[in-house]
Amino acid sequence: MVIIGAGIVGNSVAYHLTRLGETDVTLIDKGPLPNPGGSTGHASNFIFPVDHSKEMTALTLESVRQYRDLGVFTQSGGIEIARGRERMQELTRRLASAKSWGIEPVSLLTPAEVKELVPYMNEQLILGGFHTPGAGVVDSLQAGTLMRERAIAAGMNVFANTEVLGVDVSGGRVRRLRTTRGDIEVDRVVIACGAWSPRIARMAGASIPLTPMVHQMIDIGPAPRFADTTGLIEYPIVRDMDTNMYERQEGTGLEIGSYAHRPITLDPDEIPSIEEAPLTPTELPFTQEDFDPQMEIALELMPEIVGDESVGVKYAINGVLSVTYDGMPLLGETPEVRGLWSAAAVWIKEGPGVGKTVAEQMVHGESEIDVYESNVARAYPCQKTSFHVKARASESFNKMYGIVHPSEQWESDRGVRVSPFYERERALGAVFYEAVGWERPQWYECNAALLEEYGDRVPRREAEWESRWWSAIINAEHLAMRDRAGLVDLTAFAIFDVSGPGALHALQRIALRQMDVPAGRVVYTPVLTPGGAFKADLTIMRLAEDRFRVVTGGAYGRSDMKWFADHLPDDGSASLSDQTSAWTTLGLWGPRAREILSAITGEDVSHGGLPFASCKRIEVGPLEVIASRISYVGDLGWELYVPMEQGARLWDIVYEAGAPHGLVPVGIGVYGTTGRLEKGYRAYGAELDGDYNVVEAGMAWGTVKPEDFIGRDAHRRHREEEPAAIMCTLTVDDHTSATGVKRYMMGGEPVLTRDGDVLVDRRGRRSYVTSAGAGPSIGKHILMAYLPPSEAVVGAPLAVEYMGERFPVTVAATDATPLFDPSNSRVRS
Amino acid sequence: MAILVFVEDAGDELSQQAIAFGRSLAGDSDPLDAVRITNDGAGYAPAAWAHALAEVISERRPAAVVAPGSERGNEVLAHVAARLDLPMAAHCTSVALGDPAEVVRLRWGGSLLEEARIHGSPVLLTVAPHAIAADGVLDPAEIESVAASEEPADLLVRVSERVPSAVAGVSLADAEVVVSGGRGVGSAEGFVALEELASLLGGAVGCSRAVTSAGWRPHSDQVGQTGTKVSPELYIACGISGATQHLAGVKGAKKLLAINPDGEASIFASADYAVIGDLHEVVPAISAEIRKARGS
Amino acid sequence: MNILACVKRVPLTGGRIVLTDDERAISTRHLGFTVSPHEECACEEAVRLVEQHGGSSTVLTLGPPEAEEQLRDMMAIGVERAIHLVSDGSESDPQATAAAIVSAVREQGFDLLMFGNESADAGNYQVAVRVAYALGLPVVTGVKAIAVLDGGAAVRCEQEVPGGRDVYTVPLPAVVTVKEGINLPRYPSVPGRLRAKRKPVESTVAGPVDARLEMVRLRLPSGAEKQTQVLGHGADAAPAVISVLAELGLV
Repeated sequence: MVIIGAGIVGNSVAYHLTRLGETDVTLIDKGPLPNPGGSTGHASNFIFPVDHSKEMTALTLESVRQYRDLGVFTQSGGIEIARGRERMQELTRRLASAKSWGIEPVSLLTPAEVKELVPYMNEQLILGGFHTPGAGVVDSLQAGTLMRERAIAAGMNVFANTEVLGVDVSGGRVRRLRTTRGDIEVDRVVIACGAWSPRIARMAGASIPLTPMVHQMIDIGPAPRFADTTGLIEYPIVRDMDTNMYERQEGTGLEIGSYAHRPITLDPDEIPSIEEAPLTPTELPFTQEDFDPQMEIALELMPEIVGDESVGVKYAINGVLSVTYDGMPLLGETPEVRGLWSAAAVWIKEGPGVGKTVAEQMVHGESEIDVYESNVARAYPCQKTSFHVKARASESFNKMYGIVHPSEQWESDRGVRVSPFYERERALGAVFYEAVGWERPQWYECNAALLEEYGDRVPRREAEWESRWWSAIINAEHLAMRDRAGLVDLTAFAIFDVSGPGALHALQRIALRQMDVPAGRVVYTPVLTPGGAFKADLTIMRLAEDRFRVVTGGAYGRSDMKWFADHLPDDGSASLSDQTSAWTTLGLWGPRAREILSAITGEDVSHGGLPFASCKRIEVGPLEVIASRISYVGDLGWELYVPMEQGARLWDIVYEAGAPHGLVPVGIGVYGTTGRLEKGYRAYGAELDGDYNVVEAGMAWGTVKPEDFIGRDAHRRHREEEPAAIMCTLTVDDHTSATGVKRYMMGGEPVLTRDGDVLVDRRGRRSYVTSAGAGPSIGKHILMAYLPPSEAVVGAPLAVEYMGERFPVTVAATDATPLFDPSNSRVRS
Repeated sequence: MAILVFVEDAGDELSQQAIAFGRSLAGDSDPLDAVRITNDGAGYAPAAWAHALAEVISERRPAAVVAPGSERGNEVLAHVAARLDLPMAAHCTSVALGDPAEVVRLRWGGSLLEEARIHGSPVLLTVAPHAIAADGVLDPAEIESVAASEEPADLLVRVSERVPSAVAGVSLADAEVVVSGGRGVGSAEGFVALEELASLLGGAVGCSRAVTSAGWRPHSDQVGQTGTKVSPELYIACGISGATQHLAGVKGAKKLLAINPDGEASIFASADYAVIGDLHEVVPAISAEIRKARGS
Repeated sequence: MNILACVKRVPLTGGRIVLTDDERAISTRHLGFTVSPHEECACEEAVRLVEQHGGSSTVLTLGPPEAEEQLRDMMAIGVERAIHLVSDGSESDPQATAAAIVSAVREQGFDLLMFGNESADAGNYQVAVRVAYALGLPVVTGVKAIAVLDGGAAVRCEQEVPGGRDVYTVPLPAVVTVKEGINLPRYPSVPGRLRAKRKPVESTVAGPVDARLEMVRLRLPSGAEKQTQVLGHGADAAPAVISVLAELGLV
């Protein structure tokens, strides 16, 4: 196998592959060693471990561990400073994330305390700081060199100054690399080429959707204040969050960097060649006018250093880095070409962790750190376009240090995927949120009248933060659905069919649950990795003897589809076809749902005629509809599937028939949060991910099917052992904060004892809130969390830290028992 | 069509190259005059030299005036050009006389060539150093001596004193061996090993612009377009990447040995000999080997 | 002392040079710009002389609108005033350049007009001399040290020559061209940058003039790459190096 790119990522992938026993490994780079001229060579090299993303934090912590082992990590500490009140609130959120992901110690500092650590700062400008003593600076070039040397010692070949000219693909597999030094036969290739990755991928007909962007930085020095520093780095790194800048001392100098300037994107082909570049290809000429305002800011913040007339600007570049449309890396095998792997859009802070992760995926088929958010296969075609990538990268650039609300919506490149119901939804005052390109109603302003109807029963929010990107109408829609019926646009589902004589066998291999069911049955099943961790959870309809339809969430639909495609039999007896753009889905749920459906179809849709977990084709007016009787909101009803172009007609028929029954359009605010939380339904990416197994998730009901399936051995082992953590539902006892304002958690917060001690399970995992939201029908704010068995006791008093305060919570369920309709009489009526 | 060559000094190599260039222009049929300016032992005064030369030009009306591509050659001819309000082309590698005359000249210290037209007569040009071999040397007796102007206005700028070089040893420009270091040397202290090798070989130490910018060596050691141009028998480039700015200063070197850890460093494209490795190991090893060979 | 330093905006080369399609310029798609190194030293020297002897420093350029960047760069290291003769960016021959400078500075009463010995790109070695003749001033070239004498009545200039330094003492006003090495130019400070940003630039339009040294096109020298003989790797190559030295008669 060949790894292309000898930056921090390529070297790290190479090292870990050889460490895992791979012997036929070759590393090539078009540039010279040890600095081939990519972004590693000019990176600022500092690491702040705390991030709101669990996945990113895990990659970063693993990277820090490796950098420490290599002896290239200098722990300097770091301070993120706040200039405004909202940033101070954000720093308390970072405090909570640090506690959730186990990064300690961290603390909030007063301006005077910041001044003590960074004596050259003008502390008058700030309200405080978030101190991470574990932050530091690495020598990423040295780290790469050491890892490469270890890999060479294990037998790896290295070719520097070797440029890839072409990638030959046949039969959907990568076969050969054509380079300036001849051809190399390959069965696997890893593209770790940073900003050049899209170009190499394109040679193979694949896509690595990132854009090179410019990040400005300057080095100034020598500063008299630093004249006596003995170590290389003696002062904490400062991130001036509100101005999108950072300042860090190294030696006698200060490096100042910025994400505040106008977004500057490039095409990979616009990066100069090594020969033409005056410095390295990724150190582009500095554009002074873009940086002028940042100089003023730095001067004001650190006048003693930056304002010193004797301190010169010694180096200034527009450095090239890689930015994606959603801010996450692009890791894993590309969906277009088997054997062609991506390890791109990776920054120094997560480089070695990514190297280990990708190597593990290549060797074991899964990785210790689950990187589903970074899966290169996640992107839909419309998300891979250069237009989209540049639009989103530009929009996110100035939010690099931003206060990003968990529900914050993109402004650029909207309206790309619209359902057949879109115009009707707009007319009803839908507030659209985006999911993988789809415009989905989050709630409908036309339902504002329900607020009055339900009055005090509608949970409200008081604080601006939680009210942002939210409406109480969601909770009113929820109550109306529970009372009458709701109509939900589910077009964003990813749908694919698996068919052929080998389809059953294939799905038996992939799915945990028994798939050999009669045609017309709908099976909700986890999909496991070989190690028994969650790969997906989804529903599969058996449409015919040899035909199954898989329906999964839009967010990870592409990743799921690749997983299925990868695990189909080699003999071609089963094939997969994407139906996502062919079918639209309308959810109809609520106590009046059957009356409504009966009114528009002649088919028997009684409990006996169409029982729970079954599906059948029904005629609705001129339409043939597949009605699938399942529910993610815990009420009686169906998912109604029709071909995309007939969706509007279906909407009209259902809507009209529903009017006399008080049918309301219901947004994803209900479908994705309040409805499922009241029912304790788990969501992939929140409760379910690679860190927890089926038993811990409380989903190990029934017996293990006799047929072999991926992860079966591990799953059986999990059933035999005491779970290390148990998925529980909790409710908040008191929302009142110190100021008297009621606060509502939003997810990600650490779960603590009432005394404020963190909960750690025997595998070292912290308890944190996986999902949070209102339960309008039970009148409580609901949280879900994995708890150690000792705490997983109904009635156990615990606490959650939110915005720097602790709120009392109580365990309400320790298994799949829902808080609303515990006997599930509604869905089974 | 007569050609007039301005000779700075009969024995000087660049002057000889100018004569050779002039001869190639004149061919066998046209007269070639070579002129040097004398000033009775008084110091060099560019305006006085140029004034005298300009008078010869006005008198004889040659088709072209050729001067060496030396500091003084360029300076005197620039004065002549200013005085006569004529265009002038510095550092030419070839010329085709005519109206206009067409020249090829160096730009960017020789990294680029420029094709240019000269609209004016006579054509004033200096010859790019080492663009032509100094063969067909004139008998010094054939070089005409012309007295410099003695008008006071021409003597405002005149060498009043020569301060000899304080540095002992071989000068960089004249050294037979130059041991030169670049960014790869890493520090001022790193040059100790290079100094040792240079002294064993009776040579001088040079450096790249990156080194002087970092303050590791004085600018007088800098080899390159804006530093000293060297012409040793052997130029040993240690840890030098090979930027065009630097290579412009080593075009006169007969042989180039490059020592660099990166086997594909661009310096190797200009090298006759290559050692791939860390200069901090290679250079002391060479010194040790020399000492061993000398039995000391 | 009122000192003028003339600078030229040139691309900041470093890697392989690529020409534009019309072969009349270097492609600057990937390049930044700077002033010629000798000229940067001229500015630094001007700033230092004013720091020592009082007076004021001015930087002048003839170049496209973008050349304002270079004027501000020089103001950032301490030059006080900037004059921009704005051209369309096409090649200006030495006579036209000198004429434009002369008409801009004739009435300004500069005591010392400093130039780089030659520009990094064109290397014509004559603009300063032409300016001096037009203004009737003495000119010293290739200067690597300047000392002000007699309270500003004259300057003592040192020029590097083989074997030592020639000394010239010249009454002011005068023209001097300097070479890199006369000083090590300072890096701009951040306050210097910010001050430079706010300073005015006096600009006038310089019209095109017919060139008498007319650039037709540029080309790259034929890159006859040498046959490189690899003598070995690391310290083990030392004996092979000695053989080469012996061959060349150097040991």
